[in-house]
Amino acid sequence: MLRRLYHDQPESFAFTPENQKWAEAQITKYPAGRAQSAVIPLLWRAQEQEGWLSRPAIEYVADMLGMAHIRAFEVASFYFMFQLTPTGSIAHVQICGTLSCMICGAEDLIKVCQEQIADKPFTVSEDGAFTWEEVECLGACSNAPMVQIGKDYYEDLTADRFAEILAELRAGKVPVPGPQNGRFSSEPLSGLTSLKEFDSGKTKYNASAQLAVDLGETVKRIDGTEVPILTPWMKGKEATAVAAPAGETVVDPAPVAKPAHAQAAQAKATASKPKPKAVAAAEIDEAEPEVLTAARSEGADDLKKISGVGPKLEQTLNELGFFHFDQIAKWTDAEIQWVDNRLKFKGRITRDDWIGQAAELAKALAKKD
Amino acid sequence: MLKDQDRIFTNLYGMHERTLAGAKARGHWDGTAGIIQKGRDWIVDQMKASGLRGRGGAGFPTGLKWSFMPKESDGRPAYLVINADESEPGTCKDREIMRHDPHTLIEGALIASFAMNANAAYIYIRGEYIREREALQVAIDEAYDAGLLGKNAAGSGWDFDLYLHHGAGAYICGEETALIESLEGKKGMPRMKPPFPAGAGLYGCPTTVNNVESIAVVPTILRRGPEWFAGFGRPNNAGTKLFAISGHVNTPCVVEEAMSISFEELIEKHCGGIRGGWDNLLAVIPGGSSVPCVRGENMRDAIMDFDYLRNDLGSGLGTAAVIVMDKQTDIIKAIWRLAKFYKHESCGQCTPCREGTGWMMRVMDRLVRGEAEIEEIDMLWDVTKQVEGHTICALGDAAAWPIQGLIRNFRDEIEDRIKAQKTGRRTVLAAE
Repeated sequence: MLRRLYHDQPESFAFTPENQKWAEAQITKYPAGRAQSAVIPLLWRAQEQEGWLSRPAIEYVADMLGMAHIRAFEVASFYFMFQLTPTGSIAHVQICGTLSCMICGAEDLIKVCQEQIADKPFTVSEDGAFTWEEVECLGACSNAPMVQIGKDYYEDLTADRFAEILAELRAGKVPVPGPQNGRFSSEPLSGLTSLKEFDSGKTKYNASAQLAVDLGETVKRIDGTEVPILTPWMKGKEATAVAAPAGETVVDPAPVAKPAHAQAAQAKATASKPKPKAVAAAEIDEAEPEVLTAARSEGADDLKKISGVGPKLEQTLNELGFFHFDQIAKWTDAEIQWVDNRLKFKGRITRDDWIGQAAELAKALAKKD
Repeated sequence: MLKDQDRIFTNLYGMHERTLAGAKARGHWDGTAGIIQKGRDWIVDQMKASGLRGRGGAGFPTGLKWSFMPKESDGRPAYLVINADESEPGTCKDREIMRHDPHTLIEGALIASFAMNANAAYIYIRGEYIREREALQVAIDEAYDAGLLGKNAAGSGWDFDLYLHHGAGAYICGEETALIESLEGKKGMPRMKPPFPAGAGLYGCPTTVNNVESIAVVPTILRRGPEWFAGFGRPNNAGTKLFAISGHVNTPCVVEEAMSISFEELIEKHCGGIRGGWDNLLAVIPGGSSVPCVRGENMRDAIMDFDYLRNDLGSGLGTAAVIVMDKQTDIIKAIWRLAKFYKHESCGQCTPCREGTGWMMRVMDRLVRGEAEIEEIDMLWDVTKQVEGHTICALGDAAAWPIQGLIRNFRDEIEDRIKAQKTGRRTVLAAE
């Protein structure tokens, strides 16, 4: 397949500051003098940021890694996940068309693409929203047929369901990824035939879908604020610019006596994790909300009921001293800022309206009591 | 049927706690330091005794592979590279390990690296597995936080760093030397061997490349003893294995079973039978796209292990990715699709493969429509023989075998279609 650079190239490329930090941290995975090893992850991040790989982006990455430009071009043109032409503004849809998916109906999915996106692959749809292509085996064969949209796999599809998913995406919604026929992951659809003793009553989603729901960036352009890269391997090694834990710069909350465990959790966070960026923090001063050392006697509320909170976030919230919906419902703007500075998700609380959700849930709880 | 307590991947479907705490509750990370303190030779001997054969497709004995690594360092570091570039069509087992039971892999990486004198390991995961990469990275970070990785990993006295690296959609990077090239930041083109990776691999240092499943089963084997593992399956085909069944069965799934299970039992127990019943079974590809297909009637009693499938059926277990096709499938078109796959994925380095895969695909394309001469079937056979064995890596072989399997098993079907086309499509066609 002929893969060439696009005829209409942008002027320049630069990583966002967060992506730049991410890229520099990525390079620390390889021995000194072997920075070239990071070329695929860095090119991929550039594509995640822009939607496709332009010539300036490839050159930028090559310069960053001290490679000859041609070596980076070779890599960009060799690996098929790199899109050398612009893709749809919402998403690039990849249909798995290899054997297992083909005999389970991938050709019907391709027809949907031809009708709803464009007749030919790699062609931007009329509304500019989508591009599509048929890709080789995506490695989810027991869940055939399936497609990859953005970061996620939509599995066990029918043509109808796939058309619905495209429509939802067009409308600005992101359907929950994973199997679309009621399956949890790759167990038999009719129910478990093994590991029955290990059935825990199912968490809500399998690992992939859970991450997608928690992070909510399936089709988002990645700017580096989503999932920070931790570099635990740098601990104890000579500090580099990247690894220097800049935790001290976290704006210190008001000097109110904090529960010991919250302090410990925070200390841990600052020791091993890169600092949450203090840019947004400057706009609103933070104030520490009321926290508890432990759940009240009736037991902690299931904070996961708040859309946007997964098990991991729930744990973090517990560590900070929040166990109940009514606690969250009471947060003021300054307090939201305090929590936001301690979570890894900038602006998540207001974006997902945790306060409103928590208030509703607290009301529902009160009614039940 | 394998009992649940004998299953290694007890959170294969991710319904249980996926965190480190959950993994510990299921028995992982138990006594890891103690295993490591028994020493390198002990670990390698135990692995040899367990009879574990590599789970990435070739089935090379894992313990033996580890023993090729230099005992004493000559100043160069050694590396373990874990091949998580799961791209063989039909294969979707490592994905489940990495996203749902990642600590089996991380613990295995520590033990295996110690056994081969490596202080660092890289996991090379395919680029498309983005969520799996994130899930695995979360698990690695957790392990670092708990002191199970890093300096004095798990209190064993061994310093060990585990890095996650990813590819960008090239099937060829599942070949070990292509994977190493890719990990060095180059095009994924396989290297000539020798030198073998154990002599000069990643960054010119001694390297062993192992499949995810091969590494992930190590801790459990060492904890429960090689005799336990060798107790499953026929001699020379020991252990339990993840089977990934796709295609025309009623309930496709990934499941861990004992080696040498019969095909019928595997399908009936876990997959709800063949779609339309056993009489409707046309063909099976028992080990991922690279092995020849087998006619349905030979498959029912087949024993799912390396030796039976190779010696008795002329196919192979490969990655145990079972693709089932019923009689509504156009088998010629199915194999054409695989020919298209190999044409797409050939790296272009060796002429027989670069030209041959395209040539074979174009002939297959005509065979699907019946627009060919009968003699061309033999010509196609000859070409597959010209590609097979004449390339640096096994992709050429892998491209040739499915077509050879088709000609060997379904020659009548190809001939019928050509004849039907010649007589003006007067007879009923099963082409579409």
